Amino acid sequence: MALSRVFVANRGEIAVRVVHAAHALGMEAVQAYSEADADMLAVRLADASVCVGPPQAAKSYLNGEALIAAAKEAGCDAIHPGYGFLSENAAFADAVEAAGLVFVGPSGKTISRMGDKAAAREAAKEAGVPVVPGSEGLVADEEAALAAAETVGYPVMVKAAAGGGGRGIRIAADADELKRIAPQARAEAKAAFGDGSLYLERVITAPRHIEVQVLADGTNAIHCFERECSLQRRRQKVWEEAPAACLDQATRERICTAAADLARSVGYRGAGTVEFLYDEAAGEFYFIEMNTRIQVEHPVTEMVTGIDLVAWMLRIAGGESLSLSQDDVTLDGHAIEVRINAEDPAMQFMPSPGVVETVSVPPSDAVRFDTMLYDGYAIPPFYDSLLGKLIVHAATRDAAIDAMAEALEGLTIVGPKTTIPLHKALARDASVRSGKVHTQFLEPWLEASPLTAD
Amino acid sequence: MAEIRSPIPGTFYRRPSPDEAPYKEVGDTVAVGEVVGLVEVMKSFIEVKADTAGTITAFKVENEEPVTAGAVLAELDG
Repeated sequence: MALSRVFVANRGEIAVRVVHAAHALGMEAVQAYSEADADMLAVRLADASVCVGPPQAAKSYLNGEALIAAAKEAGCDAIHPGYGFLSENAAFADAVEAAGLVFVGPSGKTISRMGDKAAAREAAKEAGVPVVPGSEGLVADEEAALAAAETVGYPVMVKAAAGGGGRGIRIAADADELKRIAPQARAEAKAAFGDGSLYLERVITAPRHIEVQVLADGTNAIHCFERECSLQRRRQKVWEEAPAACLDQATRERICTAAADLARSVGYRGAGTVEFLYDEAAGEFYFIEMNTRIQVEHPVTEMVTGIDLVAWMLRIAGGESLSLSQDDVTLDGHAIEVRINAEDPAMQFMPSPGVVETVSVPPSDAVRFDTMLYDGYAIPPFYDSLLGKLIVHAATRDAAIDAMAEALEGLTIVGPKTTIPLHKALARDASVRSGKVHTQFLEPWLEASPLTAD
Repeated sequence: MAEIRSPIPGTFYRRPSPDEAPYKEVGDTVAVGEVVGLVEVMKSFIEVKADTAGTITAFKVENEEPVTAGAVLAELDG
């Protein structure tokens, strides 16, 4: 049964996106908001809105009970979680369904399976999807480490099993170095974590971040090609493209098919993204994780495929089967998205909340600006700094970079400091133009050429 | 009497992390440049430092409460 009234349990630009998608399908949208968000654009666009709590996200957008109660009270039949907040919270998905509402996304069971690193790795292996080569389990001693490293391949990362967040990691380029560092790593792990257990993983040098968009209805799964998001700062994506220019047709086919196979084998439902590291020199890709929700950068996929991903999420959640076949999905040209954040790139990306006096975007069919801004909007300080996403679409990658440079010149946001100057500099950069980038490119680049006030 | 004000709007925290003790209690002395709390703004944590030395006589904002830019967080004697 098609949904008729969807509750939007999120804020900012993605809430605007979901409200628009619901309206395009003839559904009503009820917008959740915190006390700090009463004036946000999605509240103005929605058919109704409900205050779900105080400004702090923990008391509003992360308060599952309040959200579900508000959705029921407002007569909604489904909850769209957006991204972030409760979008990948299996207990919330289960609670929504237990309350008799539809969760717009996969089942709680799928969310917890794909959200657990080890379980997701196992699921990928079962589906025949390559994972980063590593020792299967812990290595008992130096001899076992050397034997495992022969299979895994050098350089290897020696990781403390009890470590995390980059702590307790050492890299060995060859067997001699591994012999030397393994005992040290074990002693360090024992001292730091009280547990000297180690495991090994292949080091992928200067990998590129490639991710594949999938759509599935619980039975059928297709891919909507890939995105490249290698330009990252502090693990946050900054600039995203579709398709990935570094892939040849055969590799594209392999990586996209692998993602759809994985989605199918776990009975995936809705829109999801399968993330990979891509070793360009070796032409090999490795599964890293699956995001069981819509992603910030989904518009680049929509631009090159013409598929409305958020509308499909709502249609599938309403019980519709995926009527698109893989052959229906074709690539048209190249799209780029940049994230416009309220941060000052000339001041270590210091957040810059405040009032937006004016915002204007050049009108063009090739430019899309997904945003929650309007003239006079006061950006609250309580949430992330994403103000909007500037997206361009052109026939080729070169033309898309030109279009992005032009669109950035035309985009005006008066009030807060934004990341527009960063994107202008990237659009001018020779390495970005030639596509010679990887996930460790942007931070040294920023060190080497600090941005000055625009 | 001197005041310590928030440099930026956001959420005020008196502790470096939920499991740790507060940076400062009423009656503690602070030196110039010493951290008395954090303000979380757009998921970044900005340290709030004293710009004069003295003894804290009061906190004007509770832990985890929203603050505006320029809001008085604490009062100092000295």
